[in-house]
Amino acid sequence: MAKAAGMRELVTGDRTKDAFRRLVDPELQGLYSLARRLVRDGAEDLVQEALLQAYRAFGTLRDDAAAGRWLKTILVNVFRDDLRKRTRSVEELPVEEVEGFSLYRTLIEVDPLPYSDTLHQDFLTAFGKEDVREVLLRLPEIYRAPLVLKYMDGFATKEIARMLDAPLGTILARLHRGRKRFEQEMWAYAEETSLLAGRDDR
Amino acid sequence: MTETQRLIPCSEAVKKLWDYLDNAVSPEDQERVEKHLSFCRTCCGELEFAKELRAFLASGNAEELPVDVRARLERFVGEL
Repeated sequence: MAKAAGMRELVTGDRTKDAFRRLVDPELQGLYSLARRLVRDGAEDLVQEALLQAYRAFGTLRDDAAAGRWLKTILVNVFRDDLRKRTRSVEELPVEEVEGFSLYRTLIEVDPLPYSDTLHQDFLTAFGKEDVREVLLRLPEIYRAPLVLKYMDGFATKEIARMLDAPLGTILARLHRGRKRFEQEMWAYAEETSLLAGRDDR
Repeated sequence: MTETQRLIPCSEAVKKLWDYLDNAVSPEDQERVEKHLSFCRTCCGELEFAKELRAFLASGNAEELPVDVRARLERFVGEL
C-alpha cells in the first residue's frame, strides 16, 4: 500500500518495474565496482540488497539522470547499516601512527626502480586493479569507505558525511588518515608481493 | 609578521596538501601552503605526487562486471 501511495507522488518518469530495469541496467557495473571496493566478500549480495531497497524507494527518485548517484547512495547506506551491525565500536587510528610516513619520500630514499626517470609514476602504474583493491581492503572500513567514495567515485565530502551518517569533521579526519594509511599499505604491498620485480630491466 | 606570513614547516604543509587540492582549506591556510611551496622543492614534489595519486585512483574506476554476475543481477531485478 505504501508503494501505491508513493507512486501517486511521482513528479517525473515512468515508475514501472520495466522502467526500473531499464534504469538500473547501465548502472550495474558501477554498483558492483563500488561494492567490490567496499567489501572483501559479498559484493554481489550488497548490490542485490541495494537494488531491492532502490526498487522499494523507486517513487522517491526525482531525476532519472541522477539514477547512478541515487543507487550508489542506497548501496552505501546498506553497507553502513551492515557495518554497524557487525562492529559495535569504531577504532580510530592514533594520529602519530600514520602522520610520519611519506610514500613520495620513501620512494626517493629506497629508489626501488633505479633506472626509472619517472619513479613515482612508474610505481603507481605497477599496480593493477586487483592490486589496488587488495591495498584498499587492508584499510579498516571506516577509512576505506570515505577514500573510495571521494577519490574513486567522486562524491563530495559533505555527501559522504551524510551517507555514512558521521560529522563532516570526522570524515575529513578519516580521509586524512585513510590517505596516509593507503600510501603506507601501497608500499608494504609492493614490498611483500615483489610487485616491482622485473619492472626495471634494461 | 602576521600569522599567515609565518612560514610553516614541511610536515604541516604536507599534511594540508590533499585538502589544498580539494579546495578544502581556509584562505589563510591556502596562502601558507602556497608560500611554503614557493620555496620548498621537496613539497612541490609531494604536491605533484599527490596529484598523480589522485588521478591514479580516479582512473581505476571501471571494474569488469563478470558475465555470470550480470546475468544473476539482471534475473534478480526481473524477479523483483
